[in-house]
Parts: sequence; structure tokens; C-alpha cells
Amino acid sequence: MIDFVRNVRLWFAPAEVRDDGVTPDYRFSLANERTFLAWLRTALALIGGGFAVDQFLPGLRWGWRVGLALALLASGALCALRAVNHWVRCERAMRRGEDLPVSRFPALLGVVVAGVAVVMVVVVLVGWEG
Amino acid sequence: MTPGVLGERDPGLQPERTRLAWRRTTLAGTVVAVLAGKAGVAGGASGSALAAGAVCCVGWVGVLTVAHRRIRRLAGDSREPERLAVRWAVGVVVCVLLTAGGGVGVVLG
Repeated sequence: MIDFVRNVRLWFAPAEVRDDGVTPDYRFSLANERTFLAWLRTALALIGGGFAVDQFLPGLRWGWRVGLALALLASGALCALRAVNHWVRCERAMRRGEDLPVSRFPALLGVVVAGVAVVMVVVVLVGWEG
Repeated sequence: MTPGVLGERDPGLQPERTRLAWRRTTLAGTVVAVLAGKAGVAGGASGSALAAGAVCCVGWVGVLTVAHRRIRRLAGDSREPERLAVRWAVGVVVCVLLTAGGGVGVVLG
């Protein structure tokens, strides 16, 4: 948590990132940028999924529909925040010549997406949507 | 990098790939904006839903603006492309968060 607060401070003090360590090969920075953008697209896909659940599952009970849509929107927002945080951490680690930060976020997101998919299969098969 | 037969161009095409990654991101943002528009219109166009939809649109325009600037910078013919500035990375994430926040309003509105 303390680390996260320190990283948030870095988002708004760009000069501190630049002053840290040595500038890496620009290709590494661009690769880091593309990873950041890939996570951002994942976040946008989750947000789009929230809209899609809200719009295209009208038969679902109100509570389920809105709950699932809000959960997808919230996970999209979380994914976007985590994307920029991870980008800053990687950029700083490359400047300092440290190992890149590890994260359990991809595994967690994978488990959540798989869980939602299984729940939706069950919902469709059992026909709760009616 | 050692300048070889390819001259000074990066054989890995890193700037081009990064530019295309920004393009894909604007496409994803556009799909989300279209879905948000559909949700806003289908919601009977109540005042709160329209306001939330407007917030989504602001987020989408913000993503397009940042992406456009970044693509222009990467398209320059300098030997070493500029790195992504932290404020632009934070800016594009704030725009995505605006879209998600507007989405909450659209869903509840």
C-alpha cells in the first residue's frame, strides 16, 4: 500500500522518473509503452463488456444485470489504474537496472474472467434469464 | 544499434508497432463509445443518462487527442523517438476512467 502511494506520487512528478538512474534503450521504453496500451485495451474491453451486459441481456433480472455491468465497469477502471502503475514501475526498474516488477494481477484477472464465463454458461443453460 | 544495410531505420520497426498499438487503442475506445451511445439512447434519453453519456464522450475524445499527439510524435523522422511522458500516460488513463465513470451513470440512469 505504501508502495502504491509512492507510485501515485510518481505519476504526478514525471521529472522524478526521468532523473532516476540511466535512460534505457528506447526500444525497451517503447515495448513497455505497448504493454501499457495492451492493458489499456483490456480495460476498455471490460468497460465495453459492462455496456454490452447492460444493453444486450434485457431478460436478466435488474439486480443481476446492473450488478454484473457495474462489476465489469469497476474491473475496467481497476485495470486501467493498474496499467499506468505497472508502466511507471517497469520504467523505473529499467532505469535503475533492477528486475522488472512481478505481479499477480494477470492471474487474478484471468481467474475472474474465467469465473464470469462459467457463471454465464450456467445462467444460459439453466435459463435463469427468464 | 549498428547502422547496417538498412541504414538508420530500426529493423524491429518499434516506433511503427507502437504507433499501431495507439491506433488499436483508439479503435477499442471508439467501440466502447458506440456501445455507450447505444446505451444512452436506449435509456429513454433521460437527463441523467444524457449527462453520463456526455462524460463518456469526453473520455473518448480525450483518448483520441492523446493518441493523436503521441502518433504524431512517433511519426517524426528523428533517429531516436521520444519516450512516452508520464503526464500523457496518466492523462489517457484518466480519460478511460472518465468513460468508466460515465458508464456507471448510463447503467444506473
